[in-house]
Parts: sequence; structure tokens; C-alpha cells
Amino acid sequence: MATNPIDVERARSKQLRWVGTRGPRPDGIDKVTGRARYGADFNLPGMLVGRVLRSPHAHARIRSIDISKATALPGVKAIVTRDDFKDMPSEFVPAGEMMVNYRDIVRNVMAREKALYEGHAVAAVAATSPSIAREALRLIKVDYEVLPHVITAAEAMRPDAPLLHEDMITMGVEPAPTKASNVAKRVEFKTGDVKAGFAKADVIVERSFTTKPVHQGYLEPHACLANVNEAGQAELWCTTQGHFVVRSHCAKLLEMELSQIRVVATEIGGGFGGKTVVYLEPVALALSRKSKRPVKMVMSRDEVFKASGPTSGAHMTIKIGARKDGTITAGEAELAYEAGAFQGSPIQPGCMCAFAPYELENAHVVGYDVVSNRPKVAAYRAPGAPISEYAVEAVIDEIAQKLGLDPIEMRLKNAAKAGTRALYGPKFGPIGLVETLEAAKKHPHYSTPLGPNQGRGVASGFWFNIGGESCATINVNEDGSVTLMIGTPDIGGSRASMALMAAETLGIDVSHVRTLIVDTDSIGYTFLTGGSRVTFATGMATVDAAKDAIRQLCARAAKLWEVPEDQVVWDNGFAKRTGENAANVAPMSLAELAAKAGKTGGPISGHAEINAQGAGPTFGTHVVDVEVDEATGRVDIKRYTVIQDAGKAVHPGYVEGQYQGGAAQGVGWALNEEYVYGADGRLQNAGFLDYRMPVTSDLPMIDTVIVEVPNPAHPYGVRGVGETPIVPPMAAIANAVSRAIGSRMFELPMSPPKVLKAVQARKANGG
Amino acid sequence: MSKRHVTAIVNGDPVEFLCTPEQTLLDVLRDELDLTGSKECCSSGDCGACSVTLDGRLVCSCLVLGAEVEGKRIETIEGVAKGDELHPLQQKFLDHAALQCGICTPGILVAAKALLERNPDPSETEVRFWLAGNLCRCTGYDKIVRAVLDAAAEMRGS
Repeated sequence: MATNPIDVERARSKQLRWVGTRGPRPDGIDKVTGRARYGADFNLPGMLVGRVLRSPHAHARIRSIDISKATALPGVKAIVTRDDFKDMPSEFVPAGEMMVNYRDIVRNVMAREKALYEGHAVAAVAATSPSIAREALRLIKVDYEVLPHVITAAEAMRPDAPLLHEDMITMGVEPAPTKASNVAKRVEFKTGDVKAGFAKADVIVERSFTTKPVHQGYLEPHACLANVNEAGQAELWCTTQGHFVVRSHCAKLLEMELSQIRVVATEIGGGFGGKTVVYLEPVALALSRKSKRPVKMVMSRDEVFKASGPTSGAHMTIKIGARKDGTITAGEAELAYEAGAFQGSPIQPGCMCAFAPYELENAHVVGYDVVSNRPKVAAYRAPGAPISEYAVEAVIDEIAQKLGLDPIEMRLKNAAKAGTRALYGPKFGPIGLVETLEAAKKHPHYSTPLGPNQGRGVASGFWFNIGGESCATINVNEDGSVTLMIGTPDIGGSRASMALMAAETLGIDVSHVRTLIVDTDSIGYTFLTGGSRVTFATGMATVDAAKDAIRQLCARAAKLWEVPEDQVVWDNGFAKRTGENAANVAPMSLAELAAKAGKTGGPISGHAEINAQGAGPTFGTHVVDVEVDEATGRVDIKRYTVIQDAGKAVHPGYVEGQYQGGAAQGVGWALNEEYVYGADGRLQNAGFLDYRMPVTSDLPMIDTVIVEVPNPAHPYGVRGVGETPIVPPMAAIANAVSRAIGSRMFELPMSPPKVLKAVQARKANGG
Repeated sequence: MSKRHVTAIVNGDPVEFLCTPEQTLLDVLRDELDLTGSKECCSSGDCGACSVTLDGRLVCSCLVLGAEVEGKRIETIEGVAKGDELHPLQQKFLDHAALQCGICTPGILVAAKALLERNPDPSETEVRFWLAGNLCRCTGYDKIVRAVLDAAAEMRGS
């Protein structure tokens, strides 16, 4: 693909040749021709088919599991159950933006005492064909004692609710409760004096909101291929956001040394946070270890919905007070997030983000992490933030409407800026919220007249972004091309961004840079793709590795010129002499130095192994126009504009893509997507027909504006961009719908029956 | 269950394979013919990632049985580029950054190609409704629709 010359010119004017251009995508050709190999596209000779037996019950004690008949079936090579996994002590470790507990992971991977949700893995088989594997599952006899179940946080928090974990005592409560409950944790954040704050308010709005669990909806189901030999050495190919994290989890669960497991991250068909944990991987390894054959496992779509993590549903009450001029005097929030069957909902970030876009003197946020008989939640794009910020942004909109203020002006009045202390502790450095609000106000979208039954909604959003451990290796090849190796799976074009940053730093043409995602044995520990960290943290490692290569290249030039190293500088792809007679010495290119590397000291390879610090937070503001069909309650998205700070857009095309994709997922969350349960605790819509994600004809073009307030911690000013785009849509759309129908909506999704009901209620009230 | 012997034309080449009565065309393409470009993401015809054409008709290969394709002509993503030449749709998808993870891309390209063969000058709305059977969770469809419209314009011009 030719690089767009206009973009090159634009970037050059800012003294950058590659960063900021729409450069080629190293994996592009393979992905448009069908060559790219994803999780389910790997096979080995002698491979077995692995299948999982799953609980049909939402909550049941497992009295016994009889595998004798299944084991005797010809073609069955291995069966694993809870007996094949060692129990783990309760121990919290970070995984992505969430904490995990191995006591819970081992139980989620394979049910032990109880099945805690419909779809919970109970046993797994490896057989020579899919039909034999299916038959073997049928022959496994599980004796269940079916127990009463709870699905929502509200049900689970009742004093008489059936308990998922009979020993769960709520953490974060003083004194500790004496009785077990389904509330795993209480968290609290407080600043100032909310009572005094509300006393100063001219208007106070208090509202309760409900959101439903929604699935990340990655198109590629979980899939892996495991191969363990007689010595216990293992290879694992899997679709994951973090193969090093998969290695850690599998080693722990299977009591193996890390050095004995090599994990290859295949191409990944979407993740959005949902592929940061393990489901099939330890099971496939266990089956392969037992059968001494390669075992391939692929989830069906039904299994993805029932047994992999959606994000939390929630119940929330938000109270905000403001003066007539729009200044917020106090904010209060109580949030209960559903964690699924095991503790660990994103309640902590939910609480921390709730009021993060605003400078609040007085705020108080309390959150509860509540377990219920649903699949354990997994991270989903800015985990926790879209839920609480939806509720807060809806209340702010209602206050603006009550006070007759423009919603953007109301936000500008309270917007966090550099120096604002966030409720969760730190002071913000340079941030771009005000810039996005100003850009929204000036955007033609904001002043375009609306038609009948239409409403315009605005909302802002915040996400922390993270840094963390990343490694990069840059091999300078003999012909002057370079191979860049990194360990963060490329989920949306990050290889292209890394190539641009490497080319920029080295001063060579981007076409000479090949970026590869390498396996866990080829590079140092690298944390997963998540937290919007890759372009920031792996980008920093890439730049550092390039600088390391440059140091070596300069040293080689010094050797050839027989001058001290401090008389050589690197300038745009060339080593140059400084000092006396410098003008008479022709610069040497990277390619020339590479060709002579063998004679000047050996191969040249730049390395960086870092823990990146200083990820700059990202803010965005979305503007959306909707039209409501008052006869059916259907909401149409007529126009959508995403304005977000990127710090620096390394590859603007993929930055825009993140903005647009996040907005589209938000449209689904706002209008259609939800987990629907029957009275039996079983999921009723475990397929793409009934779990209705937005399709092409549901959406308009999604305009984007990239604001650039550089992050001082990154060499090119990068902030993470991937997660913030899913934060504002639910509130923006709720605010638009509320303004279109003249009645406030407090529940997601705003599906046609609910909108219709609201319209009819307004009409019944003479509206 | 005994396997059935089937002959067909895939991407212009004659093929023969044995398949069980329960194997879908998608299973056959992926597991018997090693054509893994067509993706299995739902197995129920809701996502379009396994789109192929069968005697010119756009189908979800997960909804067709392998045994049904005797004597038929099948075109998959692997047959879209000709020699060194990418199809204009493939090139435009790269130019417009119309893919992120890329798992839906093969199905969308096959579907879009089928559209442009029928309608060389589709409107944005026509593109959106034609591709409504192809889910993409990453892009929000904006760049996909633009890439298809741009490819159509280029193909009309040439």
C-alpha cells in the first residue's frame, strides 16, 4: 500500500517523517487474502479434538462425576475433571486491568464443589473425532444437586439470597461481617464534605440506573492447540491478548515451570478485554499431557456467550448538586456491579472513573462487588468506566436541562484539567478534556438543526490508560532492513504503529521495517494487550530498542573512522562525524554499517526491556443525534461524532478506527445488547441472532476528530486510545433519546419496548 | 457413517473430497481442503465470516452441507486476488484501514465482491444493507463502507 503523500507532508511539517502517517500494515496482505492464521487455523499431525461438558444448571452442587463409560468408548484418549487440577489458595494477582484469584480461576476453568452458572465447565474430553468427543460427553454422568440461583445484583444482595460461596465475607467493611453473603467487597472513595456541598446546590438530581451484562462480542471464538510431550515440555498456540499471561496462568494451574511452556499468540480475531484470561488453554494442556497427543479446542458461539466473560450488569444511584451557573457542588454515587460467579467485577475502576472528568470539591462514591450465577465477568474495554460514567453523564445532562444550560458549557464549567486532583488520588498532568469539549462545540454537527422526533446527546468519558512491562528487539539485518520483535498481540493494527515509530527513530524508510509478534521464548516477559497500553508502552520499548541499535551503529562507525564514540552522532538514518575534519567525512547509512557489522564486532541488535510509566489519561466527548419512531420505540442513530485526545496519533487511520469501533460497540450496549435469562437461570439469547450487535445498516458514518494534547512521558506524545471511545456512547445516546422523547430513560438497553413504554407514559401524562 | 465422495470446482480448480453427511461446506473448506481463510464464528449464518459464493450465489458456508456441492463452483477468499494482483476491494481495505483484527475481513470481501458484480454503482445505503449479514465488532463499519464505495468507483473508472 502506498503511503498517503499528503499525510507524509503534513507530518513532515512537524519534523516527523513517519509518525502521524497512514503507513502500511505489516500484516495487511495476509489479512485481506485469508492467509492470516487465527486461533482455530492451526493443526498438528495426530491431533485430537477437545470438547467441554458444561453445566446445564445455573447453580448446583456436584455430588459425583462418573467418567467410566466415556473412558471406555473407543477413540477417547483423555478425560479431565476437577480431580485433574490442584486446588489453589486464595491469592490475588493483577491480570490486565483486573485482579484475579487462582482459587477462583481453577474453579472457573473446571467446576469443583459446585457449578455456579449455566455453561460452567464440568469435564472435558479429547477424542479422535468430533462425533466421538460428543458421544463421550453424553456418556459422562454428573450427579447434580440443583440449588436455588440468583441472577441480578439486586437479588444477590437480599439477606435471604442463596449463597454462591458459603464462606464469602464482605471485604472492606469494618467491623467485618460475621455472616457470609454474595457481596465480595465494598470500596469507597471520598473527598470534601458532600453534605455541605449539597447544601450549597440550587438544584439536586438523584436517579437510579440499571445496566445489563453485555458481551465483548469478538467474532473469533476462543481457540487453542496444545502439545505436551513425555518430558512435560509444552507448546500452546492460542488466540489471546497476552500469551505471557496465558503462560503464567497455565503454569500455575498445571504446576509446570514457565520454561516448559512455549506460547505462540496466533492472530487474534477481536478481544476487547475478553481474551485476557484463560478458559480452554489449561484444559487443552491437561488433556494433551494426559493423552500425549496434540489437542485442539474451539468454543462454539453458544459457549462463548455462556462461559466466557461478559462485563457487569449494574444497579446505581447517582446524586449530583449544582449551582444555577452549572458549577457542581457535590456528587454522590452508590454502585453495585455484578461480578458473575466469582468476585472481581470492575467495581474499583468503576468507582474511580465515575466523576473523573470533573473537578469536584465534594464527592463520595461507594461500590459493591456482587457475585451471582452468571459467567464470571472479564474485562471489556475500559472495564467498569462505561457503566458508572453512563449514569453520571446522564444526571449531568438532566441538570443542564433543568438549569437551561448548554450541556457542553455545563461540562466546560466543571471539566478536569492539568492540576485537577482526581477523586482516586493523583493530580492530572496535561489532559485534553477541555480541548475535546471546545472541539465538540465548534464542530458543525453541534449546530446542525434537528428534525422532528430527533434529539441530540452529548457525553464525555475518561479512562486511565496503563503502561507496564514490554520488551522489544530490533535486529539490524545485513542488508539494512530491520526486524522488530515485540510480545503484545496485534489486535487492531499496532504492528503498523510500531513500524512507524521504529522507522522514525532509526531514520529509515518504513518499508524496511518488519514487525513481528513473537512467542514467549523469543523475547522477555511482556504484559498483555490491554489497558490501551500497547502503542504507549510497547511503543516506548520499540523506541528504546531503536536507540540501543543506534548506539551500537554509532560505535561501529566510530570504530571504522577510528575516532572516539562521542565524535559520532546519528542523524536521520546516518552516522555522522562531528569535530574537526567532520565535513570531509561522508556519513555512513544504517545499511552500510549493517553490511560491515560482521567485521566491526558482530551482529547488531537493539534491545529494550522496560516497565513503562506515565501513561497519560485519555478523555473524549461524543455528540450523537437520534430519531425515535414513536410508533415502535425504535431508535435510529442519525449522526455520530467522536472527539478524543490521542496525545499523538501515530497511525491516524487506526486511531480513527478505535474511535469508530468503540462508538459502535457503545451503540449496541445502549440500544440492544443484553444477557436475557429465563426463570431457570439459563441464558436465552446465546447467539448472534438474539444477542443483537449493531450491523452495517444500523449505523451511519461515524465522524472523528483527533485532538492531540501530547503525553510528556512518551517520546512521540502517545496516549492510549482504545478504551475511552466506549465510555461516552451510552450516556450520549441516553441523553439524545431522553431529549427526543421528552422523558428521561434510566435503564440500558434502551430497546424498542422500553422506549415505547416511555413514550406512551409521557403521552398518558399529557406530554 | 460412511463418507460421501464429492467433486467440485474451488477457486477455478477441480477438487475432490470425502465428507461425512454432517460436515458443512465450511468444515470441508477448512478441514479437508486446508482453505482456512473462511472463518467459523457462529455456525448459524448470523455473522457472515464464512461467506463464499456457490455457483455465483453468496452463501454462508456454515449453512451448506459439504455433500450438497457436488458439481458446483465455489469461490472463497483465497481466490479473490489474481496472481500478484490484489482485487481492488482488497487494496482499498488496506488503504482505508478498513480492518482491525481482520477476522471478518475475508467474509466481508467475498460479500462485497458479490455486491459489486451485481451492482457496480451501489449507494451507501445499498452497501450497508448488502453487508448487514456480515458482523464486524472492531470498526463500526465506517471505513468498510468507504472502502467498498471507493473500490466500486475505481472499478467503474477502469
